[in-house]
Amino acid sequence: MNDNFHSAIEFRGVEYRLPTGKVLLSRLDLRVRRGETLMLLGRSGSGKTTCLKLINRLLAQSAGDVLVENRSSLEWDPIRLRRGIGYAIQDVGLFPHYTVWDNVALVPRLEKWDPRRIADRVEEVLKLVGLPGSDFAERYPNELSGGQRQRVGLARALAAEPPILLMDEPFGALDPITRAEIQVEFKKLQEKLGKTVVFVTHDVGEALMLGDRIALMEAGQMRKIHTPEEFLHSTDELAQEYVKVYRTAGELIRN
Amino acid sequence: MNFLLTHKHEVAMLTGEHLWLVGISMLLAVAAGVPLGILLARKPKLKTIILGSTNIIQTVPSLALFGLLLPLPWLGARADRLAIFALALYALLPVVRNTYVGITGISAPVREAAVAMGLTSGQLLWQVELPLASPVILAGIRVATVITIGVATIAAAIGAGGLGEFIFRGIAMVDNGVILAGAIPAALMALLADFMLGGIEKLLARRQY
Repeated sequence: MNDNFHSAIEFRGVEYRLPTGKVLLSRLDLRVRRGETLMLLGRSGSGKTTCLKLINRLLAQSAGDVLVENRSSLEWDPIRLRRGIGYAIQDVGLFPHYTVWDNVALVPRLEKWDPRRIADRVEEVLKLVGLPGSDFAERYPNELSGGQRQRVGLARALAAEPPILLMDEPFGALDPITRAEIQVEFKKLQEKLGKTVVFVTHDVGEALMLGDRIALMEAGQMRKIHTPEEFLHSTDELAQEYVKVYRTAGELIRN
Repeated sequence: MNFLLTHKHEVAMLTGEHLWLVGISMLLAVAAGVPLGILLARKPKLKTIILGSTNIIQTVPSLALFGLLLPLPWLGARADRLAIFALALYALLPVVRNTYVGITGISAPVREAAVAMGLTSGQLLWQVELPLASPVILAGIRVATVITIGVATIAAAIGAGGLGEFIFRGIAMVDNGVILAGAIPAALMALLADFMLGGIEKLLARRQY
């Protein structure tokens, strides 16, 4: 019971089928604890992104149940559900006709916050992601670098103070140096904010660095969940394979 | 040229009529075409029906379309009413098609992010889809306007007035001066409309990638 109380998101026997009948997820059980960063690790097509999109109802499961804050995602009003969940994706998807400020203020405005509170919050959250407001607020997305855009995307996701954050390979398209920078900052940020984060990645290094737990997915099924420490010494074949790749890369560099 | 100068008042009056025919029919075409384009973007299954039928209208020779609509009860009662309806039908295709193309051309991540942030479908339309599609929609309206200004000269054949009066009269009189008195103002009107709408289009497109 106690454990149940702590899960912010829960998958119960979830199945997701395409209209064509193709099964993308099957018999999936998963509990995301409140305040943890759960990494969904797997190869392309393993169902990670599908999992993520079931949480904020961008997709609806074919069978089973997805509980968000102990309530089925199908019972939630999708608009209310989504406004309480931050969402950051690899392509960011900033509105090109909005300034940085307007992009970040999007959800607070939809939620009809007081204008003063919105202004304060936008400034605060831009500072949080390392983009001090005055320099960036009036720029348009096409005037920003890839890393800056991703930071704005993160700021937009955080703006309305959602308790849950969904991230789909948010740093995947960045150059390695920028990526490493943002990863470190995100880790610090997450330690400070303590959100419930579900983070999709195919990068083992990223999963080990950012995750409290790593959920290994394969072919639409949940294979195993480890802490990063357990993951490194896992008996699971796929996990071992990932660790091997990770270590080999490290050794290649050292030699 | 002489004729144009000696008939200044008549030229001004027919130009006014012409503008009125084009203006009202374009208003109708936009009022019907943009919502149809939006509907199309939401329900792609309707694509063949809507784009197909607007396409077919476009292939009917304009003179024949005016004639074909003539027997219709309310519509055929007044020549200008009939002309406006026919012109609006003609203008429909570019408006519908560009609205559809403009909306479906919005980048997938922008749309996905908008939905994931919790925009309702109305907010998605007004805050994201229409602003981002507006340069493309306007390009459609521009093409439609220029076409309509040209086709509207044929409206004179059914007695709806406009600059076509001069053209048909000139043909009957075998007098190039009279033809030009209709053709030149119509051409200028088309150029001006093209220039002005093109300017607005650039203004709208400026802020986007």
